[in-house]
Amino acid sequence: MVLVNPNKANMATIKSTFVNLLVTLTVITLVAGLSLGFVFQWTKEPIAAAQMQKQLQAIEAVVKDYDNNPVMEKFKVATTLGDSLEFFPAKSKGTLIGMAIKSHSSKGYSGDISLMVGFTVNGEIQNVVVIEHKETPGLGSKMSDSKFLNQFLEKNPGDINLRVKKDGGSIDAITGATISSRAFSEAVQKAYETFQLWKNGNPQQ
Amino acid sequence: MATLSNKEVFLKGIIRENPVFVILLGLCPTLGVTSSAVNGLGMGIATLFVLVMSNVVISSVKNLVPDKVRIPAFIVIIAAFVTVVQLLMAAYTPALNDQLGLFIPLIVVNCIVLGRAEAFASRNTMGASILDGLGMGVGFTLALTLLGTIRELLGSLSVFGYKLTESDGMLVFVLAPGAFITLGFIIAIMSWLKNRKPA
Repeated sequence: MVLVNPNKANMATIKSTFVNLLVTLTVITLVAGLSLGFVFQWTKEPIAAAQMQKQLQAIEAVVKDYDNNPVMEKFKVATTLGDSLEFFPAKSKGTLIGMAIKSHSSKGYSGDISLMVGFTVNGEIQNVVVIEHKETPGLGSKMSDSKFLNQFLEKNPGDINLRVKKDGGSIDAITGATISSRAFSEAVQKAYETFQLWKNGNPQQ
Repeated sequence: MATLSNKEVFLKGIIRENPVFVILLGLCPTLGVTSSAVNGLGMGIATLFVLVMSNVVISSVKNLVPDKVRIPAFIVIIAAFVTVVQLLMAAYTPALNDQLGLFIPLIVVNCIVLGRAEAFASRNTMGASILDGLGMGVGFTLALTLLGTIRELLGSLSVFGYKLTESDGMLVFVLAPGAFITLGFIIAIMSWLKNRKPA
């Protein structure tokens, strides 16, 4: 049997003196801080491994038929907007056959959206994978659904207007998630432009 | 002074004092994440863990914390466990962590957790507090999963992620208003069942 008495006052035996308050809160926050530090150390490697795994899977999903290790050969390219994107070259027998580009947009509904966009050498989109987003579950998170994604596949952003229809482009936004769709399109467009920029600077590729 | 058996302490959280359908606490995550059954289940289990762990710690330090600082002390303890859950989820269930995103840190301000700490764990033994946390947590998980299943079925025409048909469902059930409507109906049905005169 358990005694339950909702009316009984809190049974604290320690008086609420200034020193007691100070000591109690200090001890509690210290213990909490230390345990968190421990858990952080403990989960640091699995978290890093999970993110690395995700990056690898994302690359595998967006470029195909390569025989090199794109992560080992990654490099950064500056965009026109002052930041830089990570490029993961996909090569077959030493020749470039595609490029996986990690792009991002800060115009998401609730934070940054990070994508992996795979291009053929001509700039045609092979596939897009959402790496990270903070969009509304069930709405903005539909960015990875095929219905929305298919609008980008095998398209060359040089030929079509990669903007949602509301902004005069040719992309059907996800119902109820125009902002997420806009951010997604922006990130893809940014990857494409930076890819073109890099190609123009490196004609030998 | 009321006495409850262990079984009653555990069971009250599931139906009679269900945190979502009867006490109506913690409605922010309830309405926010239940757009699919899996999200509801994941959120429920994360909250269950925080509830049980914070009940354990709070019931064991209850006599050492002066009254005046008990709320800040409880919040620190709860926040610590929420951060632990978040780190563990990021490490071992990254996909679910991405889906629930912002809502995991919000467990800190979930009224159920602080409510149980204040109303139960700070006045009862550790054993009873564990049972209370488990009962409330299971009740919360069941409620979220039920809401999520209904909303997913009507809104996306799928069950636990399996599409039944290709066509779109009623979008309103995926959005916040659908959460209110579904919750309202469930509460109405539960009240009707409770108040029904025995035949």
